Amino acid sequence: MSFLLYQTILCGGIFTITLAIAAYSTYAERKVAAFLQDRIGPDRAGPFGILQPLADGLKFFMKEEIIPNVSNKLLFIAGPCIAMLTALMAGVVIPWGSTLEIGGNVYSLQIADLNVGILYVFGVVSIGVYGIMIGGWSSNNKFSLLGAIRASAQMISYEIAMGLAIIAMIIMTGTLSLGEISAQQAGGAGSDWSMWNVVYQPVGFLIFLICAFAECNRTPFDLPECETELIGGYHTEYSSMKLGFYLFAEYINMFISSAVISTLYFGGYNFPFMNNLGLDHNTITILGTVFLFGKIFFFIFFFMWIRWTVPRFRYDQLMDLGWKVLIPLSVANIVVTAFIILLSNR
Amino acid sequence: MLTNRSKQVVKREMTLMERMYLPAIFGGVIITIRHLFRKAATIKYPETKREIAQIWRGQHVLKRDDKGAERCTACGLCAVACPAEAITMVAAERNRGEENLYREEKYASTYEINMLRCIFCGLCEEACPKEAIFLTDRIIETDYAREGFVFGKDKLVEPADARIDVTPRQTPAVLEFKKHKQLSHNK
Repeated sequence: MSFLLYQTILCGGIFTITLAIAAYSTYAERKVAAFLQDRIGPDRAGPFGILQPLADGLKFFMKEEIIPNVSNKLLFIAGPCIAMLTALMAGVVIPWGSTLEIGGNVYSLQIADLNVGILYVFGVVSIGVYGIMIGGWSSNNKFSLLGAIRASAQMISYEIAMGLAIIAMIIMTGTLSLGEISAQQAGGAGSDWSMWNVVYQPVGFLIFLICAFAECNRTPFDLPECETELIGGYHTEYSSMKLGFYLFAEYINMFISSAVISTLYFGGYNFPFMNNLGLDHNTITILGTVFLFGKIFFFIFFFMWIRWTVPRFRYDQLMDLGWKVLIPLSVANIVVTAFIILLSNR
Repeated sequence: MLTNRSKQVVKREMTLMERMYLPAIFGGVIITIRHLFRKAATIKYPETKREIAQIWRGQHVLKRDDKGAERCTACGLCAVACPAEAITMVAAERNRGEENLYREEKYASTYEINMLRCIFCGLCEEACPKEAIFLTDRIIETDYAREGFVFGKDKLVEPADARIDVTPRQTPAVLEFKKHKQLSHNK
């Protein structure tokens, strides 16, 4: 199998899986919400409502598409495109598994092991803000604009703390490549007792998690689209599948964030006792991918769990938390980490 | 102050633990996860129906007597009693040869209840001196238009061959009350 063919298959596969998981996240969100509120949730489309995402998607396509006369049409259409595109782009650098050996050739389950992997993720995520900002601004609607301003202010504020949390992590691992960070966390319980990064970076993990919630516009940081104040926020004027793209992009972002959190702090595709079971390499790789998806699904569930537990922050509380708490805390985290690394390497 | 439930509002600074949010969020998360394993309170309506009381006050019925003649004499007491003003009727005189259709010389040629106005209080049933109108345990079906909710005699009068049982509505207390013929409206 040629390299190009393999990469095409891998890209297509990951693209499909991402879309499928995002689609079923919408279903899972409603189901989780229902279960946490002692309800049943959607159960009419197919057994247990399993076809609900298809019905929702069909509905989105059938809806009338409204582009306001006063909007900037080009940017109005570009907004959801950018949001969707950037959401899908981040999956490229995530190692979905170790390597597969087929017929003497070694295939990596990571599409591109960039040596600036984390920076790439950050770059793509910050372009994602443009999708929201352009969409909100071009709608020519006060509520959309307010939502867009909130979104961009919030994302910019929390990206700083997120980046600083990652710096402490990089000091520890000595690499920016997500593939290498995953590989470093191999072993663990059973062999050499090198733990997942969350053990060494608990504060960093906490900051990263909180910032991930803010970056994904999830409760308790869902101010850009808070219905009570801003109707729908930046997507007030959107209808049909363009609205669907925005909502979909949010779920893809959630999936990617969960994948990044799992990779950075929870060992990626590694699982305890992986080297002690006496399995061959390919089996371990496949099991590892299954474990990675297990971790990702847990974090997606966690996102939803928090959403149906915690009410929304007030805007000044949000900014206070971002600038006055998380940024100083992450700076302190960098200093402490750097000191420990310095002392232990001597 | 009347209820003794008023509370003095205290505006104080949050303590460090409260300002960290995390303990409170943790507490909330534990509460919600407990609900994940709780039985859902949902009743899947069209398939399973909620159990309703025997004396449920639903769609009205205009009763016929033992011989199949309509009991209603269009006296209008139900319309007067109705707090929602949902009942209207037009009275007519019974012609020769209609004795098997209407019990007394006067009857209601039209009798309409607007089910959107009706509050299902049962006062019409209480007011009726002829035991002609009763509320039953049938639920009014939904419709897309308002017109469908004005029920005429075609829907209200019970079919002669498919009588509707209203005995559950007549609880022992009601039957006891009806024995006292000296009470004005039981004469």
